Amino acid sequence: MTHVLGQNADHLTRTRFGRLAGAVGALDPRVRILGAVAFGMTVVSLNGLLALGLALAVALGLLGLSHLPLRATLLRMAMVDGFIIVMLVFLPFTMPGDVMFTLWGYPASWQGLWRAVQIALTANAVVLVLMTLVGTLEPVTLGHALHKLRVPETLVHLLMFTIRYIEVLREEYLRLRAAMKVRGFRPGTNWHTYRSIGYLVGMMLVRAIERSERILGAMKCRGFSGRIYLLQEFALTRADAVFASLGLGALAALIWVDLLWR
Amino acid sequence: MHIVDGALSNPVVIAGAVAAAGGIAMGLRHLTLERIPAAGMLSASFFVASLIHVPIGPSSVHLIMNGLAGLVLGWAAFPALFVGLLLQAVFFGFGGLTVLGINAVNIAFPAVLAGLIFGRLASRGTPLAGAIWGGIGGGFAIALTTAMVAASLALSGDEFLPAAQLVFVAHIPIMVIEGVLSGFAILLVRKVKPDLFYAANGATA
Repeated sequence: MTHVLGQNADHLTRTRFGRLAGAVGALDPRVRILGAVAFGMTVVSLNGLLALGLALAVALGLLGLSHLPLRATLLRMAMVDGFIIVMLVFLPFTMPGDVMFTLWGYPASWQGLWRAVQIALTANAVVLVLMTLVGTLEPVTLGHALHKLRVPETLVHLLMFTIRYIEVLREEYLRLRAAMKVRGFRPGTNWHTYRSIGYLVGMMLVRAIERSERILGAMKCRGFSGRIYLLQEFALTRADAVFASLGLGALAALIWVDLLWR
Repeated sequence: MHIVDGALSNPVVIAGAVAAAGGIAMGLRHLTLERIPAAGMLSASFFVASLIHVPIGPSSVHLIMNGLAGLVLGWAAFPALFVGLLLQAVFFGFGGLTVLGINAVNIAFPAVLAGLIFGRLASRGTPLAGAIWGGIGGGFAIALTTAMVAASLALSGDEFLPAAQLVFVAHIPIMVIEGVLSGFAILLVRKVKPDLFYAANGATA
């Protein structure tokens, strides 16, 4: 995953989200989350390539409205697990249907290609909207909005803790890794590498637990009771109403297109 | 091993979401207020661990370490790993939205199972014995995850079956590596901070 983040991605979670969000940033976080969920559920139910293509166009339009870095975001969108790539490449050969061409005696079917394109369009459209609408939220705001949407309090606490400390622990990891490098550690396919990285992971767990003990102490000292205090009150505005009606209209249009031309 | 949106059939996606909701609810019941910092910290640790690339021959793989998460966190591994998947989907575009449930089940259920079966064995006895059981648990969890991912695809359509089988076979070296790394991680934890298991997983204390 590091190759996607690139060498110059200093912070995994601490970015200037407010500025990145652009026109989308004016919207209520709850509306953005619900919008992404509604979009995802609608697009997954579409079948026709035309409707799916339009869905991806909507997603790209939203990306244009936000100020996310275009190239990096599209690269992330297109990055999928090797597992899925293998599956998509195999699809034309494993799905029976009209023969498109034959490779080493194995027939490739149009239906299989169709299905692979369908999956690729769906996956990219949904992930792009998710990153544009929800990924541009300040992580803490995401937690608060989820709390407002009645996600269990403990889960929100867990989420906010994770968000807060990913960066801290990543720095710790990089420090440990630098220390190993200074001592001449070069990873390779050997027992020494696996033992060293295993110890590294173990050490990270030990340090994480010790840090959590100090945090618990500090929280107890300040009377932590498990309540979530909102830093800002969310309020629906005209922009939210406009976005919601436009969004619902677009989703209805997608379903209509899908029913007409499948 | 993130399945993307649109690949799975609706029954599989819905069943995954329901099972994930159950698993998360179960995990949250095991998370008292006192244990939230430890669980959150470990959740962040496993997120960072998934950024580590380990060389294997000419290529490299990134770690998942869900078995280790289960060994250390028990039932709490379920919400902890779910949070990691949610963040990966939202901020990095890995996996997808409607498949969050099934992805969480595929990663977290084997973790919890490994914790229930091997957790006690990994935290008792000599450090070496604990490490060996921990290693077996780590390999077991990733093997079960691969099998479950393959099964979610195979259940969604016969056309995925050959690819699913191939990917399972291709993941066997990764299962071995994850097992070995989990074993060494447990070995270090048992020597350096033996009470980590009790701090993180109150249930086994």
